[in-house]
Amino acid sequence: MDTPITSHTPARPRQVRLLTPEVVIVGAGPAGLRTAADLAPRLSGEVLVLERESDAGGIPRHSDHLGYGIRDMGRFISGPRYARVLREKAAGAGATIMTNTMATDWAGNRSLNITSPEGRIRVDARAVVLATGARERPRPARLIPGDRAHGIYTTGQLQNLVHLKHRTIGNRAVIVGAELVSWSAAMTLRHAGCTTVLMTTQYPEPDSYLLFHRLGRIAFRTRVATRTKLTKIIGRPNVEAVEIENLDTGQRRTVACDTVILTGDWIPDNELARSAGIPIDPTSKSPLVDTALRTNQPGVFAAGNLLHPVDTADIAALDGAAAARHVRAYLDGHRPDTTGVELRVEAPFRWVAPHCVRPGDPAPARNRLLLCTDRLIHIPTVVLTQDGHIVTAKRLWWPAAPGRIFRIPSAVLDTINRYGGPVTISVRQ
Amino acid sequence: MSRTTTDPTFDVVVIGAGIVGSAIARTLSGYQLSVGLLDGREDVGEGTSKANTAILHTGFDATPGTLESRMVREGYRLLSDYSKATGIPVEPTGAILVAWDQPQLDTLPGLREKANHNGYPHTEIISAEQVYRELPNIGPGALGGLTVPDESIICTWTTNLALATDAVQRGTTLLLGHWVQEVRTGSDGTDPVTVLRTSRGTVQARWVINAAGLGGDHVDRMFGYDRFHITPRRGELLVFDKQARPLLDKIVLPVPSVRGKGVLVSPTVYGNVMLGPTAEDLSDRTDTGTSEAGLAFLLGKGKQLFPRLLEQEVTATYAGLRAASDSPDYLIDLDARQQYVLAGGIRSTGLTSGMAVAAHIEELLADSGKIQLTARPDLPAPPRLPNIGEAFPRPYQDAERIAADPAYGRIVCFCERVTAGEIRDAFTSPIPPTTLSGLRRRTRAQNGRCQGFFCGAELGELLDTGGGNAEKARA
Repeated sequence: MDTPITSHTPARPRQVRLLTPEVVIVGAGPAGLRTAADLAPRLSGEVLVLERESDAGGIPRHSDHLGYGIRDMGRFISGPRYARVLREKAAGAGATIMTNTMATDWAGNRSLNITSPEGRIRVDARAVVLATGARERPRPARLIPGDRAHGIYTTGQLQNLVHLKHRTIGNRAVIVGAELVSWSAAMTLRHAGCTTVLMTTQYPEPDSYLLFHRLGRIAFRTRVATRTKLTKIIGRPNVEAVEIENLDTGQRRTVACDTVILTGDWIPDNELARSAGIPIDPTSKSPLVDTALRTNQPGVFAAGNLLHPVDTADIAALDGAAAARHVRAYLDGHRPDTTGVELRVEAPFRWVAPHCVRPGDPAPARNRLLLCTDRLIHIPTVVLTQDGHIVTAKRLWWPAAPGRIFRIPSAVLDTINRYGGPVTISVRQ
Repeated sequence: MSRTTTDPTFDVVVIGAGIVGSAIARTLSGYQLSVGLLDGREDVGEGTSKANTAILHTGFDATPGTLESRMVREGYRLLSDYSKATGIPVEPTGAILVAWDQPQLDTLPGLREKANHNGYPHTEIISAEQVYRELPNIGPGALGGLTVPDESIICTWTTNLALATDAVQRGTTLLLGHWVQEVRTGSDGTDPVTVLRTSRGTVQARWVINAAGLGGDHVDRMFGYDRFHITPRRGELLVFDKQARPLLDKIVLPVPSVRGKGVLVSPTVYGNVMLGPTAEDLSDRTDTGTSEAGLAFLLGKGKQLFPRLLEQEVTATYAGLRAASDSPDYLIDLDARQQYVLAGGIRSTGLTSGMAVAAHIEELLADSGKIQLTARPDLPAPPRLPNIGEAFPRPYQDAERIAADPAYGRIVCFCERVTAGEIRDAFTSPIPPTTLSGLRRRTRAQNGRCQGFFCGAELGELLDTGGGNAEKARA
């Protein structure tokens, strides 16, 4: 593993370059950059961050509105500025950031093949942190029928077009989704001079924070159609209308628009995790990790919205801070207990992260378990059951709402038996 | 014989730059003839050729004795060889027809016999256990199967592009955006000149070959015939994430039965798994939208055929139109008086048979005695097309290529690993893309699971600048 691979043809001696950082981090979004910033000053070896985009910073780069940096920096800044601060902190701490560089596959247990304009390179590290983030499901994955029209975007593509490429969008948009990212899309549309005529959500109540929703409603004069579903896109070659179904009555109506923004419905970019053989949560499609963010592959960690699609950027960054601590412990020779308690969920919860609690392990990042719910519960009482007994029941004073992450203090785990059977998290209303 | 400024008349004009038309133009421009290749759309292969199931067929299930049977059998051999020469991605996966009920099982011996009649003796009837050994992940309830070891998967886009590029390099004039609206046939008897009025001016030709696919019956009528009718048949397909590919390494074909043709599940040369197609007759020859019923039908079929597939993400949904003809066989016919050749009623098997159809028409022309076929002495070698198949090395994996040209090290479409170098090459190729979908068919860019979440804006810019910014990566 320590010698470079050389070509077998002596006529054309061409070495595949080898890099040997101490830690390699895949993805320079908030989680990856924060991991790098915290690790680099504390390690003697190199911390290498791989970013396939031409600039580091991740999704905040093109979310050109305020609201970033609250929990991790104690600031209230725009996405692009937040991305810049993260970049500067990582670089300032001594981490190497390679952009236009993509880790394409594994060459070994902690070894990656990467492609960059600098070459096809192998990276052998002592530890790997996967921070590849998440993306919104595009139209095909949502199986939206209708014409193949121009004017259909995910928020990611919309914001890339408007904020990074300064393109114009249409005049009348329908936004699918009514969660935080949907309002972020509405802000981008307004910036681009496009009116949001309707937001649709399958849920009976808008999914984002109520306060934000009310302010947003006034600010954007946008109607939110609850309990509705987009059933068809109409228009060739450009979008002319969408068909919306009322999920309670089955009635359908047509809404004229020239732009459709598909928001939310996140899926982690789990390709590297999956190809490493790391088990994947069947619902969130995230790699399974324990509270120290370890995957089942020794020395391979995961952090950020790859694990919880998706929480806000500052939470992803704070995952990175936690990952940095756990990677250091690993490099110092600390190895986890091989046993552990599996965390499971019952409806209306869809998934929980992290997924495993081991004896002697630290609490999860920010002392929170992160969950996703299908249904709005205003004042949920969270119940943990293990080996047929209720081990904790705790009332929380914040709602569990679809479209945003529901956070449970990890203190609820204090009373579980860390050598016992799986723990199921459910809700009593 | 050549078309010059003083003689604006082509010796031959082929209508339709799909696989069949491109193959014909390629073959005929191997002679000392001026050849025009017309298409109504803005790219080659924009009609039925772009949206078939991308299978290189042995022809085992054709109706024995038909022209189609012979064309598919010969085309299989011709296209297999041509693929090796030009770099069209082909994977010899083999296929298994899986029987799910007793009537289907009872059909298998007859199918095997039919295959023998079609000159394909390598099929074998296998038991349910053998089916599950070969296809461990398909749904429960299979009763048996018929293997067709030489059915292969192929890139239909590269096939079309290779044939058209070859034709252009041999001197064919490609005229895109030329919808044929009216035909005036010459009637001077000895050497009639046909005038085609198109959406972009008139085009004159001594010979016209109709390979207009979906519009073939319309063009045929312009020559005074009424011998076949085409119904656009919509076929919807689901393409599943590459993470599904390990579930399947063979084509799973339906057994044709009285209850209609089922759907197939197939690996794709791009490393995905495809489920489809539906079959729905339409009246609109341009409606390539997907339908709620079609998608629901496919999900239902998939659940039964391959439940594990449905746990995977859907990367793309396609709806393509096939030219369903009321003629039971290919209609290939030479009209010596009007100097007009019809290549009509060519169903989705045209992907496989296209080169054989071209050879057949070449023979018909030679036999007519009305056109002189003199081989060109300076025939250029067939083009080498960029590989977009997953089974063969791609630029992003090629250390030497990246070292020589860093543009091949800059991946701009992450999901499909398409590099700036490949995009630049597409724009500087003999038939450059003019639309995003054209770029997608040439490079795979934006065909992946994110469908543009990451790269959509960047690719749009590359398209507008003709790949100009891809150049920057070299600096």
